[in-house]
Amino acid sequence: MYDKGKVIVGLVVFLGFATFPFYNNIGKKSAVPEPNLKTPVIEQMVVKKCIEPKEIMRGEHMQILNQWRDTVVREGERKKMTIGGVEIDTSLQKGCLHCHSNKKKFCDACHNYLSVKPYCWDCHFDPKERDV
Amino acid sequence: MGAIMSFVGVLALVLIAILGAKANLHLVFGVLFPYAAVLTLLIGLTVRVVRWAKSPVPFRIPTTCGQQKSLPWIKHSRIENPTTIWGVLVRMFFEVFLFRSLFRNTKIEMHKGPHLAQGSSKWLWMAGLAFHWSFLIILIRHLRFFTEEVPFAVSVTEYLDSFLQIGVPLLYMTDLVILGAITFLYFRRVIIPQVSYISLPADYFPLVLIFSIAGSGVLMRYFTKTHIVGVKAYTMSLVSLRPMMSMPEGVGTIFWVHLFLVCVLFVYFPWSKLVHMAGVFMSPTRNMANNSRIVRHVNPWQTKYKGRTYVDYENDFREKMISVGVPVEKQESESAEPAAEKE
Repeated sequence: MYDKGKVIVGLVVFLGFATFPFYNNIGKKSAVPEPNLKTPVIEQMVVKKCIEPKEIMRGEHMQILNQWRDTVVREGERKKMTIGGVEIDTSLQKGCLHCHSNKKKFCDACHNYLSVKPYCWDCHFDPKERDV
Repeated sequence: MGAIMSFVGVLALVLIAILGAKANLHLVFGVLFPYAAVLTLLIGLTVRVVRWAKSPVPFRIPTTCGQQKSLPWIKHSRIENPTTIWGVLVRMFFEVFLFRSLFRNTKIEMHKGPHLAQGSSKWLWMAGLAFHWSFLIILIRHLRFFTEEVPFAVSVTEYLDSFLQIGVPLLYMTDLVILGAITFLYFRRVIIPQVSYISLPADYFPLVLIFSIAGSGVLMRYFTKTHIVGVKAYTMSLVSLRPMMSMPEGVGTIFWVHLFLVCVLFVYFPWSKLVHMAGVFMSPTRNMANNSRIVRHVNPWQTKYKGRTYVDYENDFREKMISVGVPVEKQESESAEPAAEKE
């Protein structure tokens, strides 16, 4: 092999970067987050139901929130929705966080796990934590 | 022909992945293939590089694009015609990060007359640069699925990539750029007759494959959605070498497709033109200093020439020389002594 030194240094650097995820995590058991649903409001619900089934909420909650923001902030129209017979504002603060009053254990659990930083909190202030 | 073949080929791969998902062959598609693919990629690339390094480059063969270092009053182009390691490093930097040599791409056209016209053509360079940089940024961004504590560099990349804050999940600019650039690169090969003429299936296939990988990723993120927490739980289990024994529920067929296509890319990588990723560093026309007139370069396989002195010559031919009367420096009797010692 010619230019051994340089070639080996190059290979080591490449392999170092390429295998980083492996040696960084080998043998570690990472905790998979489970959003916590134990809040005072949800505990009292007879039928524990969100506006849509879990699978849809999991994938689409950000789009739903975005639509709400557009209708409220840009079109000036605040609609109501009904959950378990209770009328609630289409609002992050008064809607979602009314039941899910545990941002740290609900929103942040998955967002932090996946390094997602939603810009909700650029405008909304962090709610007071209320969980069971 | 190649364009259609590679299209069908990738379609077949997608079908295989879908069948795998339907049959729920997790141990094959979710454990065996990813590990085998990563191993093939790493070992394959290493083997290729070592094999390249074994072939001697006896002369300095840099392509020079500027004035060679010469007399002090002639301006020397330090980067385009480097004579030192530093010049080479700067040149390689431009080559690897900005595709300097592709920047010189020219277009030749025949006009009425007939007369030949040559002009600069930057489209290939631009699309190439857009494609490669997007791919790199996307790769870095994906580290968020492979690290528990997401490194700062990765978060910053992600933040900058989604800086425009369009829609939710936030639109990554590189997602648009990579799809656009690959589309351009593909149609460039299909539409321009001269390029189409020299294009092989091996030229189209990687483009279609990478387009499908990016496309399935875009679909998963913005449209069909997947169970992303499940995906990360799965990817983390892979890199911690404690693979899950079944795919988490809700990740969907599209994730199987994405994963399988990435595995195919990894396996395909070391044996195909894609290995230019390593090759760009090993290209002697770029990584050598043009110092042929400054340093003496000796052929690496040159056998050592020990030389032959007059004493050797006389030792060999002394008897014959004496017999024909050629004068010698040492007489027979004197030179016989070392021979006697040998006995």
